[in-house]
Amino acid sequence: MALILFYITSAVAIFATVMMITRLNAVHGLLYLILSLLAVGVIFFLLGAQFAAVLEVIIYAGAIMVLFVFVIMMLNQGQTTIDQERTWLQPRIWIGPCLLALILLVELMAIIVIGGNAETGHLVDSKQVGVALYGPYLLAVELATMLLLAGLVGAYHLGKPMLKIKNPGENNE
Amino acid sequence: MNDIPMELGLLLSAVLFVLGLIGVLVRRNLIMILMSLEVMLNATGLAFIVAGSRWGQADGQIMFLLILTLAAAEVGVGLGLALQIFHRFNTLDADSVSEMKG
Repeated sequence: MALILFYITSAVAIFATVMMITRLNAVHGLLYLILSLLAVGVIFFLLGAQFAAVLEVIIYAGAIMVLFVFVIMMLNQGQTTIDQERTWLQPRIWIGPCLLALILLVELMAIIVIGGNAETGHLVDSKQVGVALYGPYLLAVELATMLLLAGLVGAYHLGKPMLKIKNPGENNE
Repeated sequence: MNDIPMELGLLLSAVLFVLGLIGVLVRRNLIMILMSLEVMLNATGLAFIVAGSRWGQADGQIMFLLILTLAAAEVGVGLGLALQIFHRFNTLDADSVSEMKG
């Protein structure tokens, strides 16, 4: 059963990615990108990596996508945005991502209803990951924190001059 | 319970990576380029998870965690750059940033 689920989920992931890179509008592409990330998260679950699956949904499909939505919202301002959003929210735009999300939901429901463990391979739970993360990989964790700090400082540095320009202007958020 | 073959997982990862690469090469919108980069990073993470699941080790998931932090830092800086380019050139076209004489 896991193999069938894997095939369906892979088809969803590949289809969503193809639709993402062929959309002309960034927001439409973003919808399909979220579906692609969610499908990869289901594949992580099927492979027995639940911790990575949870992180995929929370951080990739949650936090990073919120950043994209935020920037797209910041770049579109003014009265034309309202008309633009009205055209964005036509049913034929979001019916595709909704169908793909429905397929993933049906898969999860099938796993829950059938019961047992649908995941295959070797189950690597979060305890093993945590023990290894703070054991032999401690230096890598330190490096990751330095990288995140550098990213934070870089993003602040890149965003600061723009705020300074905008503040004397008519409206700042 | 039949296992998922490792070759299929790696094949899916390769297909997703190539799709992301095509997106980076074909699209000229900076936001779309960053989204395609996310797909590529995600595909490499999938390859690590498949290998970790195959050998039953936690190293694959740890590599995925490191890729996740890399993606978060990359997207923060990249979107900051996209905002800067939009405010200077008033467009998101990647070809508009061609003033550097290299």
